[in-house]
Amino acid sequence: MLEEYQTEAMNKMGYTKRSDGRKMDELRPIKAEVGIIPNAVGSALFASGKTVAIAAVYGPKILHPASMREPDRAIIRCEYTMLPFSVAERARPGPSRRSKEISMVTANALSSVVDLAKYPGSVIEVQIMILQADAGTRCAGINAAAMALAHAGIPMKEMVSSVSIGKIDDKIVVDITKEEEDYHEGEGPTDIPFTLTSRKKDIVHLQLDGNIATSRFSEAVSAAVKACEKIYDYQLRALKGEKIDEGGKA
Amino acid sequence: MIHLSNNNRKRIKQLLKEDKRLDGRSPFDYREISVESGVSNKAEGSARVRIGKTEVIVGVKLETQEPYPDHSDEGTMMVGMEFSPICGARYEPGPPKIDAIEVSRVVDRGVRESKFIDFKKLCIKKGKKVWSILIDIYCINDDGNVFDASALGVVVALQLARLPAYDADTDTINYNEQGEKLPLSANVPLAMTFYKIGDKILFDPTREEQDASEARVTLALSQPKKEKLINSMQKGDITPISRGEMELIIKSAEQVYDKLFGELEKKIKKLR
Repeated sequence: MLEEYQTEAMNKMGYTKRSDGRKMDELRPIKAEVGIIPNAVGSALFASGKTVAIAAVYGPKILHPASMREPDRAIIRCEYTMLPFSVAERARPGPSRRSKEISMVTANALSSVVDLAKYPGSVIEVQIMILQADAGTRCAGINAAAMALAHAGIPMKEMVSSVSIGKIDDKIVVDITKEEEDYHEGEGPTDIPFTLTSRKKDIVHLQLDGNIATSRFSEAVSAAVKACEKIYDYQLRALKGEKIDEGGKA
Repeated sequence: MIHLSNNNRKRIKQLLKEDKRLDGRSPFDYREISVESGVSNKAEGSARVRIGKTEVIVGVKLETQEPYPDHSDEGTMMVGMEFSPICGARYEPGPPKIDAIEVSRVVDRGVRESKFIDFKKLCIKKGKKVWSILIDIYCINDDGNVFDASALGVVVALQLARLPAYDADTDTINYNEQGEKLPLSANVPLAMTFYKIGDKILFDPTREEQDASEARVTLALSQPKKEKLINSMQKGDITPISRGEMELIIKSAEQVYDKLFGELEKKIKKLR
């Protein structure tokens, strides 16, 4: 009985405390490191809390089939893979509609900053694997991939950083977890993955699922700008050789 | 493959500098929209949407299935989309490619997140049997803005659909007998796609304008109460969108919604 009252009272208060104790604008503990795959031209790991992504870059190399070649620029071919054992219920191996879409938006985000004109007719292969998933996997994948591209020495106009902004009930929160994605009290969950360029903070990737009043969208953008600034800092530090491990629990 | 000549690309960009377009519209004007029902009488609901010369048809079929274990008392929905070679010379045969997959997924999210469908009311027996809504979108003629045409077609087809008769004892569906309407809410999602060409934003592009565009943003808006809600968003293509441009897009979306929504409601009502 008492419990019932308590939950009712809590629901009335809305989402005031995050389930993992973070502040509304706080990122999860980060792990970031480059050079994790010796065979690759560039590689990186990026983990946000329990979400772990690795990425490898191969190329630029001649694109086959020739019919896909762009005469004046390279293309980025990206494959995002969620490993079967990265989620509670085994994910079927092989591409799904979801993974194809994420591969495309990732390739678009990266293509917007890579100097593609430098390598006409070639392909830059970007392979992303999600080893462990706790929401925000596409963002972690993009962060790792951008680091891997920079680590490969591929010229980029700017770096990109990615974060999922949430509106959980009526609160704007940064870097949401699966538990928050599944919070259905009040206004419920809204998930807005953003990818921004490092300098101008232009939007190179944006998706949204849920419900947010048009009048509140700019709050989400501001939160994304601040969070991406922090993520960019981690990416830079890792690219300078630091092995970042803020010791999030596995 | 090159679909747009450099001359036309240049012309489109030049005109836009003065807020003009090849067909005489201004940037946020849309073409004539028509909606029809009755594409197939074997479908539980179907619609044809034309936006200018763009044509899309949508069919809704209903089946029963076992619910997903994590949503044991909710019906399901699946959206498929195809750009068949019927709709233009640029399209080739084969299973749906990423362009079609993206349309289906973006449309799906707009409908799902707006809570337009009450999935709980599609439960026949908890944990055992639920209705499953299978929506298929086919582009018949692509003259740009297939995203919005598809999303509109889905909304219309859902509003027209009727559940077939279901016999629980024998677990069979009688498709010849029409039952109730689908459990839909007033949160009708309206999808709108904005395209960036040079430093201009426009709405409802022709295929040429779409080929000239460098980035796009699709939003699905609904208005359950006073405030307009964004239920889904998707940025497409490679070129960045600045935060200022995004602000303009959201403001324009609100305006387009106000202009378009009543007009479409009236057209849909006539079909029922």
